[in-house]
Amino acid sequence: MTTTRLIIVAVGGQGNLLASRVLGEAALLSGVAVRMSEIHGMAQRGGVVESALVFGDAESTIISDGEADVFVSFEPAEALRALKKCRKDTVSIVNLSPLPPFTVAIGRGVYPELDQVKKIMAEKTGKLIAFDAVALATEAGSVMSVNMVLLGALAQADVLPVSAENIKKAIAARTKKSFTDINLKAFDLGYAAAASA
Amino acid sequence: MHKLLQGKPGEKMLLLGNEAIARGAVEAGLAFAASYPGTPSSEISLNFFQMSRDSDLYFEYSVNEKVSLEVAAAAANCGLRSMCVMKHVGVNVAADALMTLAYVGVKGGLVILTADDPFMFSSQNEQDNRYYGKLSGLPVLEPSSVAEAKEMIAYAFDLSEDLQEPVIFRTTTRINHSTAVVELGEVQKPVTKGDFVKDPFSYVTVPAVSRNLHVTLLENMKLAKGMANDCRWNFVEGEGTKGVIANGVSYAYVKDAIADLGVKGQVKILRLGFTHPMPDTLIADFLKTCTDVLVVEEGEPFMEEAVKAIAQTQGLTLKILGKGEDLFSRLYEFDPAMVKRVMARVFDIPYTIVEPVDLSNVPDMPGRPPTLCAGCSHRAVFYAVKQATKGMDVIHPSDIGCYTLGFMPPLSMGDFVVCMGASTSTPAGFSKATGKKVLSFIGDSTFFHSGPAGLMNAVFNNHNFTLMILDNRTTAMTGHQPNPGVDMEELNFEGYNRIDIESVVRGLGVKHVTVIKPYNLAKSIEAIKEALAFEGVSVIIAKEKCTLYAKNLKQLKGKAFTIDQAKCKNHRDCISTIACPAFYLDGERVMINADLCTGCSVCAQICPEKAIRPVKTKND
Repeated sequence: MTTTRLIIVAVGGQGNLLASRVLGEAALLSGVAVRMSEIHGMAQRGGVVESALVFGDAESTIISDGEADVFVSFEPAEALRALKKCRKDTVSIVNLSPLPPFTVAIGRGVYPELDQVKKIMAEKTGKLIAFDAVALATEAGSVMSVNMVLLGALAQADVLPVSAENIKKAIAARTKKSFTDINLKAFDLGYAAAASA
Repeated sequence: MHKLLQGKPGEKMLLLGNEAIARGAVEAGLAFAASYPGTPSSEISLNFFQMSRDSDLYFEYSVNEKVSLEVAAAAANCGLRSMCVMKHVGVNVAADALMTLAYVGVKGGLVILTADDPFMFSSQNEQDNRYYGKLSGLPVLEPSSVAEAKEMIAYAFDLSEDLQEPVIFRTTTRINHSTAVVELGEVQKPVTKGDFVKDPFSYVTVPAVSRNLHVTLLENMKLAKGMANDCRWNFVEGEGTKGVIANGVSYAYVKDAIADLGVKGQVKILRLGFTHPMPDTLIADFLKTCTDVLVVEEGEPFMEEAVKAIAQTQGLTLKILGKGEDLFSRLYEFDPAMVKRVMARVFDIPYTIVEPVDLSNVPDMPGRPPTLCAGCSHRAVFYAVKQATKGMDVIHPSDIGCYTLGFMPPLSMGDFVVCMGASTSTPAGFSKATGKKVLSFIGDSTFFHSGPAGLMNAVFNNHNFTLMILDNRTTAMTGHQPNPGVDMEELNFEGYNRIDIESVVRGLGVKHVTVIKPYNLAKSIEAIKEALAFEGVSVIIAKEKCTLYAKNLKQLKGKAFTIDQAKCKNHRDCISTIACPAFYLDGERVMINADLCTGCSVCAQICPEKAIRPVKTKND
């Protein structure tokens, strides 16, 4: 079996770790070997949270620069910050709803234009799926479900050795019961958005 | 019932490395565990803490690592399988106990877990704790994967009991915080009651006794070396005349490199999981079958030096490489591509580098450093100190915790940080050496950990400084673990006592003690000015529950604030002085994110136009 390497970047609080967990569980359901790593600790205080998921035969749990086959960013500026993980044929999925860091508000940095983010991603990586995932999460019933919207888009892109069905099963099993319906709706909205993006 | 107690043997579970370690310990019949939390080890203790409610396991959050090791060492010497969990720098705190405990040994298995942090994702240094094995004479085990970590823990307990010595179990962040599928084993019923058999000539380490105990330790090391030469954790894999010796996560990167480079049959691996004492005959036999050897290990050249020494005693002259220019660095963590690159270069293997995207025309992104949360009371304290010390030249030693982040502009509160508790002692040196005013910061958990000694020293030697204890009623940084000041009933735990920091400080003889509510800026500033004017040791206790902790306990009652745009003159004093992450700019106007704002009111007190007020709700 071949190896598929996925990088997910997000801002602390966006639910990246839960999304990774769901994908891990979906891989377990699919009988696909999976290894993941994540950075906790100080990163949680509003910083960047990065997860790496390696599906298939490899033993490593981290992904070197240029080695991501698939790249998901929960935030536009974070996509560019972590861009070195990608190479020219990386499939990337980017949420276009910005969360400007406080450094922008105190004049210690400039937030990129969304068009610029899209342009750079499209130019430098392979297939790009970019849309406002927060709007769809809100439509699903909770802004907190933005992670599930992006999982939907990831499933639609059909680049992981894990089926949409198993991801949905894992969502139902691993996320809070009171949120299951919202999460599944968010997943479906993300799936549909990616199909037309 | 805790999920790690539920799984049936043979069941496959997706577990975080730290969960796998906790499960492995329980499967091995762990009866007694003690810990001071520290990333990347924290979830091991957290799972023990949670499991102790649903099982016979005794677990305690001890006040520091030295205490936790001493508590666990005594339990182990009563025959209980015990474990002590800490981050790598915690072993420095526990080292005094560790070094002589190696002489005394144990009866029940004692596993000391040290979680090293290459790259310092959340640590102040990246020391390589395998050297503690060498320093103390204790065995060191190092897993290479999450699944192996679980299996190896059981072996660690057996090894400890076979040798009657504590065993050091060394992980790195990428074991602790990796997740993989793990197959569960049988949970052994722990032996939870033991007895202590008095034997002062084995346990009381006066010089005459220790002279004998050191002999025993060296004999045990010899036994351990024999075991390392002949254990399943040290093995040769593959074939070829090029050899790699690898430990920990490096082994995974080497395996992937051999597959990616297509050099199966040319490069073989000696994987070492039992790395102290080093398995000398196994290594010598491996070297004899190789023309070149590359040692792949993160951190210090611990194995490399030993391997070179073994080659020397065997009269072997093959090339052995590891650390060096164009080779591996002692800095930071490794990654698969780096290992592939160095292996290809050293072994002369053709290799096409995967080119990451060209970043030349990608603009720099605005920084997103970790920051104090919206509504964090530390921010209020730092602002108040800044105001109270305006125009003064004050040195601000700080300590380890969320509040260390206060050193970042615009708060810029934090001038010197080395280790836990140091902010109660370094002020003494700063004030004596410079004659300047010194006001230092320490958190509640860090104060309990190692603050009282420095404070006692300061009172006795009549030093002149102010210590600000940031009492946010929990151990916030590592994920809200209890400390002796925590109200355990709020967490639905019974049978604990509670220590009041103010009483401790007064009991230690501090004459000027004030307690402030940080969100009341005017009163806080006044109290800080008074403390600074006091000659001698003064302590201010800033009492306010961590906002995240309060939110988790559903105690957060504050209402979000908003900006009256008609009143706002847009000079942005609010953002530029306190940089609360709840602020954002909408075009050129300052706004407050109502989802993040906790209603602490600090910005409202700062705004000269009084333009910041609570959001009006229907009930107002």
